[in-house]
Amino acid sequence: MIPEPLIPLIIVVVYLGILLWIGRAAHVGRSQHTSKDYFLASRTIGPFLLIMSVFGTTMTAFALVGSTGEAFKDGIGVYGLMASWSGIIHSLCFFLIGVRLWHFGSRFGYTTQIEFFRDRFQSPTLGLVLFPILVGLVIPYLLIGVLGGGITLENVTRGALPSLFPDTGGGIPKQLGAAVICTVVLIYVFGGGLRSTAWANALQTCVFMALGVITFFVIAGQLGGLQAASEAVAAKRPDLLVRGAVEGHEGHISHLRFLSYVFIPLSVAMFPHLFQHWMTAKSAKTFRPTVILHPLFIMVVWVPCVLLGVWAAAATFNGAPLVPADKDPNAVLAIVVAKLTNPWLTGLLTVGILAAIMSSLDSQFLCIGTMFTHDVVLHYWGEDRFSDKTKVVLGRSFVVAIVLITYLCSLADPRSVFTLGVWCFSGFASLFPLVFAAVYWRRATKAGAIASVLATAVAWLLLFRQSDWGADRSYLFLGMMPVASIIAVSAVTLVGVSLVTRPPDTATVERFFGKQEA
Amino acid sequence: MKQTLFWIALVALIVLHHDWWFWNDGRLLFGFLPIGLAYHAGISLAAGTLWAVAAFYALPQVFEDSSEETSS
Repeated sequence: MIPEPLIPLIIVVVYLGILLWIGRAAHVGRSQHTSKDYFLASRTIGPFLLIMSVFGTTMTAFALVGSTGEAFKDGIGVYGLMASWSGIIHSLCFFLIGVRLWHFGSRFGYTTQIEFFRDRFQSPTLGLVLFPILVGLVIPYLLIGVLGGGITLENVTRGALPSLFPDTGGGIPKQLGAAVICTVVLIYVFGGGLRSTAWANALQTCVFMALGVITFFVIAGQLGGLQAASEAVAAKRPDLLVRGAVEGHEGHISHLRFLSYVFIPLSVAMFPHLFQHWMTAKSAKTFRPTVILHPLFIMVVWVPCVLLGVWAAAATFNGAPLVPADKDPNAVLAIVVAKLTNPWLTGLLTVGILAAIMSSLDSQFLCIGTMFTHDVVLHYWGEDRFSDKTKVVLGRSFVVAIVLITYLCSLADPRSVFTLGVWCFSGFASLFPLVFAAVYWRRATKAGAIASVLATAVAWLLLFRQSDWGADRSYLFLGMMPVASIIAVSAVTLVGVSLVTRPPDTATVERFFGKQEA
Repeated sequence: MKQTLFWIALVALIVLHHDWWFWNDGRLLFGFLPIGLAYHAGISLAAGTLWAVAAFYALPQVFEDSSEETSS
């Protein structure tokens, strides 16, 4: 008989083992281990793997843990803020930007975003300006996953190993949990590069979608059924079923805030790790399921989580509130699962949360390693100086370095990093005008592109500072999310500077857009 | 024409996303689903449908492979 507190830990260990095996199998199953295969899976990824890896990459821990916690605090409006906007805008970005970038990438052989921008605007300086900004925005994003994974493991394994870890009540300390997660991701990314990452993401996406739905129905049953759970909310916390004010409760979400959230999902057009996934597609048709199913997949994950969040705010357990009102929103899902389900389901849901976290971490680790290899080493030292094998070794070394740096940063200041999440997305989203102009506007110039990136960075930094470096979670600028104003600055600068500077070289423009009809 | 209709439908979906009419409506659909949440889940379904229309009917050429691309 297995002691109950050990069950979640055993399930997690088995899952991590399966993940390593899949990563290894994807690597060993290939006859060619070239740098093109390591960085881009030889551009052979089909429709199923593309949607699973793109969806897994865009859904972080926030999709399960964050959505439940935010709904617990702000009610059902969270779905409209994040999920339904993303369903429309993410697919729009895949459709307008992703497919077009894939065409350019397959024609001109790009591996990284910076290679594209450098070539499109014929400007090494643009690459130099963009590189630190993109890397600087990805690293805090990585930290969110590493920290989230460590905290989740510590909470769910509490009581498992009391003699080994008495300070955490027997739970795996979050620093150790984060190290284990980093190591597992590192091993499969290190071995098989993007191909292993894509297969591991496919597994993880299936896992977190299925386990989310199963958990939802089990918990609904424990709360007396779907109807009883929602009626309890209507009786005790009617404010969570609406966005505006109801008697005795202030409104949770203003109209302008709701509207300005439309800009946040534009960030997917500029995520460097998504660019790399787009480049792996076998053909343009491969994108079809990704564009169509993405909004539906988001719905399958988010609707149960949002309902769980609002139910948790009104439910009672042994005569006391199921989740105390002052509880950290990020802990809501773990508390609900621990109190209302058995250790087996707790273990499985932990696996679901870790799957969501690791399916983003792997792509981001690989992407930063790829950027260092291609955009710094190969670009400045010359591609011909390195053999194909050395390029893979370089890519792997950078992945190891990035994992180490991220892990060390995660030990420094865990609390402030969570608040950086929305700011990271805002930074990427604010660069949307740049990528849109690069793929659609012939008249965009390198001066316009560079000025736009710099203006975006300055505007982002100024507003970030005004929000007390992210400490003020409800910070709005002109009543809207700061991203709305930063995008405006970015777009106006790009258009204005492009129109007053020398038009781009005709040959370059024709390479990308063809000859202009008279 | 098909393309124009698609883009009009997309703009309409974006406009309809902002539901003033359900802002303070706490009714439960089927006894458990808050109407504001049901509405936005419907928006997600409509988005998937609209993208399917774009991919197979209104703008299938976006997903055509260009002649210059390398096969792999």
